[in-house]
This record gives sequence, structure tokens and C-alpha cells, in this order.
Amino acid sequence: MRAAMSKSNAAASNAGHGLRDRRRHPDDKVIALAGNPNVGKSTLFNGLTGLNQHTGNWPGKTVSNAEGYCRGNDYNYVLVDIPGAYSLMAHSAEEEVARDFICFGQPDAVIVVCDATCMERNLNLLLQIIEVTPRVLVCVNLLDEAKKKRISLDLPLLQQRLGVPVVGTTARQKSSLRRLQQAMEQLTAGEAPSALPSAAAAPAQSGDKSGGVYQVRYDAAIEAAVARLQPLLRHKYGGRLNERWLALRLIEQDAALTTAIDAHLGGALLRDEQLLNALARERELLALLGIDGDRYKDLLVSALVHSAEDICRGVVGCAERRYDERDRRLDRLLTGRRSGYPLMLALLALIFWLTISGANYPSALLADGLFWLQDRLSELFIRLGAPDWLHGALVLGVYRVLAWVVSVMLPPMAIFFPLFTLLEDAGYLPRIAYNLDKPFQRCNACGKQALTMCMGFGCNAAGVIGCRIIDSPRERMLAILTNSFVPCNGRFPTLIALLTMFFIGTVGGPLSSLLAALLLTALIVLGVAMTLIMTRLLSQTLLKGLPSSYTLELPPYRRPQIGSVIVRSLLDRTLFVLGRAVCVAAPAGLVIWLLANVNAGELSLLQHTADFLDPAARLLGMDGVILLAFILGFPANEIVVPIIIMTYLAQGSLLELGSLEQMRELFVAHGWTWSTAVSVMLFSLMHWPCSTTLLTIKKESGSLRWTALAALMPTACGVLLCLAFTAIVRLCGG
Amino acid sequence: MSKQTCLNDIKPGQYGVVTALRSGNSMRRRLLDIGLIENTVVECLGRSPGGDPSAFLIRGAVIAIRAADGDGVLVRVS
Repeated sequence: MRAAMSKSNAAASNAGHGLRDRRRHPDDKVIALAGNPNVGKSTLFNGLTGLNQHTGNWPGKTVSNAEGYCRGNDYNYVLVDIPGAYSLMAHSAEEEVARDFICFGQPDAVIVVCDATCMERNLNLLLQIIEVTPRVLVCVNLLDEAKKKRISLDLPLLQQRLGVPVVGTTARQKSSLRRLQQAMEQLTAGEAPSALPSAAAAPAQSGDKSGGVYQVRYDAAIEAAVARLQPLLRHKYGGRLNERWLALRLIEQDAALTTAIDAHLGGALLRDEQLLNALARERELLALLGIDGDRYKDLLVSALVHSAEDICRGVVGCAERRYDERDRRLDRLLTGRRSGYPLMLALLALIFWLTISGANYPSALLADGLFWLQDRLSELFIRLGAPDWLHGALVLGVYRVLAWVVSVMLPPMAIFFPLFTLLEDAGYLPRIAYNLDKPFQRCNACGKQALTMCMGFGCNAAGVIGCRIIDSPRERMLAILTNSFVPCNGRFPTLIALLTMFFIGTVGGPLSSLLAALLLTALIVLGVAMTLIMTRLLSQTLLKGLPSSYTLELPPYRRPQIGSVIVRSLLDRTLFVLGRAVCVAAPAGLVIWLLANVNAGELSLLQHTADFLDPAARLLGMDGVILLAFILGFPANEIVVPIIIMTYLAQGSLLELGSLEQMRELFVAHGWTWSTAVSVMLFSLMHWPCSTTLLTIKKESGSLRWTALAALMPTACGVLLCLAFTAIVRLCGG
Repeated sequence: MSKQTCLNDIKPGQYGVVTALRSGNSMRRRLLDIGLIENTVVECLGRSPGGDPSAFLIRGAVIAIRAADGDGVLVRVS
């Protein structure tokens, strides 16, 4: 298969519909990739569409429909990776995205990805999807995991029972992906296994099949009601939605879904007196039999669960009952009463240690290389006889800031992201949420906030989008507003550089980088503590309420696919974040150079601005240049340290910088002490979120006021802490 | 001999069989989604370091449920 490019990330506004035409060619087929969470759906998606698609989602979480393009023999395919869901009866925004695309997006086929180690539960979603469309391909994924757990699966029997094609896959194996693609081509090339099942006029008798595809049989009274409604629905809306499914949903009367159906059918449904009367009659009849509201849903779900049990009987064989002993042992360790928290901190410190000790050397090397190139560029400009101002603006302005951003940021990111993704891939993040649930519960918040917090380590904007996994609007807002209290990857390099410069000495050695890692861990713990404190404060004031109910799945541990993790996190995260930083840094470099070289009176504009900010900044334990850097860093936090360096250099101290040691000398020459470094780190941890994050918050919350609060709250915290810290240090004579 | 109790009363390592759901609306549907219907066998695997939530083995999947929510699931333990 040849992979091709793809479009990224449907915007939140149209994520729910997927109705726009995604095809590049009229013959292209649209294939939806559905499945429970944690079944390796995204890995399959990546395998089918190739590494050069970009999902726009943070790995480990599909929060909106991601698209990829894949070429086949007869047709080309637009693959749509929809968010994981347990059921089509949606609860959360992301489940709604999944449901809407399957029900109304009119895909040419749906691939339902199932976890081979947990077939019965996965069938629940599959059976619901089969009710909507018969053009379904079942992909039983993670066969290798099942084998390890000694679960045997009779896939031909499963196919025979379901009446739709079944393919077994192991995401790691290319050959199994080929089989999946072949099955996909067969399915879309031929006619569907049958016409819409309900179009076969006579409803299936006692048997479970209608037109070959398995059909869940519900309680007799419900089946009778559906059978009576179907002719009317076929007459009025025939062919646009499966009538059996439509009848079941209309009786169920789920407000959001009914509205969505109505919109899909052109808005006539809810004004159709004849239909409304018929529905009311059926509901009345069912109520007489004791089947009202909750009971109706219970009966539907029970029938689904029992059908899944029946289907699995004989298909799934389990040699050992305690096949998951290894997972349980790991869980006892990683979520144990005594070991849970210490191991969590130890893992965090380990990741930081690897990042810090690993990034130091390549950082210096990159800086040397890039500044060597700067000299060559300067020579080139001189040889070409370019005017001074052009050389200044492009080389000393734009190029130099870019060089700083790349050399300061790239190495730590290239180490931190893959390590973090490995933890994610192994299934550790849900355990963090499980461990931290109690503190979040105390703050009247959702335990999943721990997950969105972890996503914030990568990028706060991604963390904010990730908050869609939280169902309750109140709890989602708590998570959105407090997300920026954990440092994103744009801020890590700043923290790491300052810690290394001012607290470790730059002589190096494993012990000193260990100390830096521990200090950084302490800083993160402070961030998490602030998250909890502010969450609690908010839930006692502006966002009052009790915690809502939720369930959290702890998926099986998996051996991460190390190679693919490294490639993907480098491509998806590192280059993405770096690219953004570079885009922001280039104009910022120009602005700084201009500010530094345009004079008003005696002093440059830069000096004027820094002088203006200086008194306020002094109170916070910083200086005007640092505060200016934070302000100019609004588009991306990554450029704060480079701006500080640039500004100091522009102020006349013409130092050649190559290493952290020289950087430290530059800072010290401008009056930095260890307490300045602490203030800068505190302020870096807590100040206004970057512009991307704020725009995302605006989009997700739909409110300017909440967005303003999201900016003001961390800023206020940072200012207060810095004021207090500086005052204390001065009192102590520091 | 068996006695009626709720999900939270199952101790780590113990089994229970679901007899009824008392919770309403959204939690009810969540619980149904994960297959927690009548006569489903549930095993408590452990509790989180804070003592709550607890992890349960439900139809082959491990699901964490808070005590406040487990309250609504009536079970029979032997």
C-alpha cells in the first residue's frame, strides 16, 4: 500500500457532522474506523494511511475525526479515525462525534476494530453499528496480546455468526494489515452483504439473522412496536436511514439524538403529526407492559449484552482463567497503597533525568553548529555586498533567534516526547488518573482531569482539547481552566536550562543531572498542587457542584512499539511543536532586532520598553527584559529564553555564546542570582497561557469571560508567588 | 448463603453478582455500557492508593468506579 498525504483535524465546529465531502475523487470511498477506546485503532489507522499523515491529535487520544488517505487497487480510500466509544448511546462530546459520523456521515463502510482480549465487551458497539449499516468489516485486533494471554479465537465461526467479514490483525504485522486492506477492498467493491436489513419486508422470525447480517432480537413487545412503526417510516423516510434503527431510537426518545436525526432528515420529523402520534401510541403500549424510559433502555442493553455472550460462546476460548495475572501484579505495584505514589514520582524523575542528562551535549553541539553557520551566512552577506540593516535584520535578528530556539528546544523535546509516549503506549496514564482520583474527588472534580493534565505536559492546547473526554460541563471547565498549571513542552526547556545553569553548575556528571531532575520533579509537583488548589477553589466559588459519576477503564498493559513510538512522537509532536516555535520565533527575532536598533532619543526602543517594565518586574524578582520576554513570548513560550539572550546581547554585551556556562555568565553579568532564576521558573510555570492555548480555550468554552479567567488565574498565582518569594528573599538579605 | 450488598462492599479479591442497578440516568447508562447488567459477575481487584476508587474486573475489562457511584450497584456476595 502506498501512503499519501491527509487532511488534519476536523475543526470542533464540524467534527460532529462529517457531512462535508471528504473525497478527492468522486470514486473515492469513505471508510470510518470505529471501536472501543484502547483497541489500537489509531495504530491501525497509522498503519493503513502511512506515517506521513498527520492526525492533529495527540497520540493516545483521538478527540475529533482524523482523516487519512490510502490508495487501493480499484479505489482510493478516505479513512476517518473516529474517537473511541463503548456504545452509540453517546454520553460525551467525543462519543457524540463517533455516533454522528457512523449514523449520519454516510461512510461507504465501517471498520469496527475489536480488542481480541476482550471480545464480548467490544461486540456491544459492533452490534449497535450493524443495526445502522450492514457494510461493516470486523477487525479483531491485538491477536498477539490474546495469544500471550492464551485466549483462542475462532474467527471463521465469528464471521459465520455475524454475517459480516471478519479479519484478524496484529497492528505490528504488515501482512495482517494487507489482509485488512484486501477485505476492505472486497467489501467496498461488491454490493453490501445485503440491502438495508429492514428493507427485507418480513422481519426476521425467531432466528437472529435477517438478510445474512446478525440482528439483535429485543423483547417481544419492543420488536412488535418496531414492526408496527417500520412501514410508516419506510414510507416517509425510506432509504435514508435504516428504519429498524430509526424506530428503536425514536421510541427511546433521547433528546440530543432525536434532534440530530431530525436535522439529518431535513427537519420535518418533529413536525410530522402522524409519526408523532404513532410514536406516542407505541410508547403508551409499552408503558402499559411496564416498559417505560429506563426499563426500555435496560432491555435494549441487556439484549445487546446477551447477544454478545451468545456470539462469543464457542468463539472465544480461554485456556487459563487467570490470564491477566501479570497485569494484576503490575497494578498491585503501580497503584498499590504504599508503592503507587512513590513509583509515580520516581518515574517522572527518571524521565526528567534522562531528558536533562541526554539533552545537554547535543544542545551544545547544535548551538556550535548553528552559530558556525551564522558566521558563514554573515560572510556571504558581506561578500554579496548586502546593506548592513539587511544583514542585521535577517542574520542577527531572524536567524539567531531561530538558532537559539532550535538548539535550546530540540534536544530536550526529542528525548522527552518519545519517553512520555512510551509511558502512554504502555498503558500507564490511566493508572495515574486512578492514583490521583481521590485528590481530584476531594476537589469535586473528575478523575479524568489527571489525564488531561498529563496531556498538558505535551502541549496545553492539546490538553484543553483533551478535556472533551470529561462528560460533565462543570468538570470539563475546571479541567480547561487549570490545564496550564502544568508546564507544556514549550516551557520545559526553559526550566531545564535555568535549573542546570543556576543550581547544578555546568560541570555535569550524572549526580548533578539527577539533582536537576529532582528539582524539576519538585517544580512539577508544585504545578500539580496548584492545579488541585485552584480546582478546589473554583469548585467552591464559580463552578459549584458535586462530582458527577464516571467510570475509568484501566486497559491491559502493552509492550510499547518502541520504533514506531519514537518515529511518531518525533514527527507528530517534536516537529509540530518545533515548527510552531520556529514560525513564531522568526518574526519575533525581527521585532527584537528592530526594537534594539531603532532609537528614540538616546536609547533603543527595546531599552525604553525594558526600562518601563523594570520597576514592576523588580517587585517580582525579575528585570524588565525578562518580563518583556514573557510578553513577547505570548505566541509561544519556547522563545522566552532566546528573547532574553537576544536582548541582553543587543544591549551591548557582545559575548559569543556556545554553552550553558557562557549563557550563565551572560545572565550573571545582567544581575541574575539564584533567586532571579527561581522567580523566572515560578513565573514560567504560572503566567498567561500561550495564544494557541487561549484560542483553544475560547473555542472549547465558547466564552470570552472563561477565557479571560483562564489567563488571569495563573497570572495572578504567578505574580503572588513571585512577590512573596522575592519579599522573603529580600527580608532574609538574599 | 449469600447476602445482598453494594459494589463497594466487595473486598479486594472477592466476587459479587449484580442483582440490580439503583443509579439513574447517565451513570446507569455508563454501567450498562460496560456490561454491568443483572447476573454479571464482578471481581474487586483492588483500591487506589487514596482508598477510592476501586478497580473491578467486569466482563474481561478492568474498570475503576468511585465509591459514590458503586453505591448504586446492588450485588450478591457469597
